[in-house]
Amino acid sequence: MLRLLGIGWLFHLKNLTNSLFFVLISVLQPVIFATIAFFMFRAGDRTGGLLYAALGAGLMGIWSSTLFGSGGAIQWQRWQGTLEIVVAAPARFLWVMLPLTVSTATIGLYSIVATLFWGRVFFGVPLDFEHPWLFALALPVTVLSLGLLGLVLASTFVLYRQASAFSNLLEYPIWLVTGLLVPLSLLPGWVEPLSWVLAPTWGMEAVRNAALGGEVWPGVGMCVLLGAIYLALGALLLQNFEHLARRRATLSLT
Amino acid sequence: MTPALRVFFVGGRISYRALFNWISPGIYVTTMLGSPLFQILFFTYLGRYAGGRNDDFFIVGNAVQVSAMAGIYGMVMGIANERQYGTLSPLLATPANRLAVFAGRGLPFIVNGLAVSAFGFAASWALLDFSPDPEVLPALALVVTITVVSCTALGALIGSIGLRARDVFFAANLVYFLMLLFCGVNVDVSDLPGWMEAVGTAIPLTHGIQAARQIVDGASLGDVAELVATEAAIGAAYGVAAYGLFRLFEAEGRRRASLETY
Repeated sequence: MLRLLGIGWLFHLKNLTNSLFFVLISVLQPVIFATIAFFMFRAGDRTGGLLYAALGAGLMGIWSSTLFGSGGAIQWQRWQGTLEIVVAAPARFLWVMLPLTVSTATIGLYSIVATLFWGRVFFGVPLDFEHPWLFALALPVTVLSLGLLGLVLASTFVLYRQASAFSNLLEYPIWLVTGLLVPLSLLPGWVEPLSWVLAPTWGMEAVRNAALGGEVWPGVGMCVLLGAIYLALGALLLQNFEHLARRRATLSLT
Repeated sequence: MTPALRVFFVGGRISYRALFNWISPGIYVTTMLGSPLFQILFFTYLGRYAGGRNDDFFIVGNAVQVSAMAGIYGMVMGIANERQYGTLSPLLATPANRLAVFAGRGLPFIVNGLAVSAFGFAASWALLDFSPDPEVLPALALVVTITVVSCTALGALIGSIGLRARDVFFAANLVYFLMLLFCGVNVDVSDLPGWMEAVGTAIPLTHGIQAARQIVDGASLGDVAELVATEAAIGAAYGVAAYGLFRLFEAEGRRRASLETY
């Protein structure tokens, strides 16, 4: 199983890296948003927040690649004609889909690298991390938790015929309610409980605290806990999808 | 109705309806209303955090910019999809007036862009306490209309390039996001480096947003006449360039028998 997960992850990572669309949303779009945030912070005299903006824009890129990649994962398999093959394979459908959704979050790492590099070179953003080792831990844990959230998205969005439109809708709201660039304290009070069940909130907290100072472990712990919940939920939903598709003979129908 | 006018109105309407993704109510609401609404909310809250500008600056900038979504993506799909779906050759085999074919496609997206922008302003009034003087609304509507036409001309230019380029949707996405940066949507163009300001002043949207902001602040249409005229002139220049490229690629495609090859 580990071999399946590892090879699957690498295969999808290479595949997604060759997609111009994913280059756009995981590299160019985060750099554009980071630049907008840098200029906004500069114009508003919030110059101390440049590293904050670079990290936030990077995490926004991870969310975008997870949302668009995982949200349409099953639909893409359908369009490519590979869905029947992966469902019929001896390996459980869950273990085939999991590396795909984790890889969509993983290419979001390009976002972090791109926004930090961009910020350093063009805006002189200091890359002095308070806890570099914890940063190196928080980042992959965040990516993994988002990949597991992607599993839930993949198994849910497949029920919606135009998943891409739904993905478009969810990009900005999640950026907002998980506090990736805008502190949650500025948003209405009812938003905060929503943010608690979303891994990007805790991932952002862990990554930001590792870089700027603060408690890292609570964020990492919540990512692990939510990741486990997403995995269980995703497994259940995928099983349900597979069962319904087999019973109704609708696996290849869009 | 003359044949050219019929092609303009009926052809444009059919082309718009053919983009079934856009007229399915669920898809329309999520893509054309939901996404712009959250864009306005996101940047307004980010603006509050960054400081330096009031809410109106971000609301007007984004509510005008979201109208470009219909103009750019719609026109790109309206023109470039003909090639992708294999209907370009039959279309160009007809004796229909090319200007009517081309311009007719833009009209529904102009109306669509206006609707999106109006929704953005209305949602901002409901959710963000955006309350311009009602007297400025006609002038604001005129400025937004000219800006939407201008953005649709830019979309037509990208769509025309799609008659030749392999992946024009990448360019459409990139241009849409770059407009957020270069056109003074969230950062005044005077706060951008000189070269970015120069780029911003040469593309649609920038002058329209500046005019819209001044009108919301109480300026009259006469006060922003120069900005509005510049926006209209830029839109006209892009429109002419788009039509020129459309005809050029049509002629080239016929000569090389490459209309639908990639």
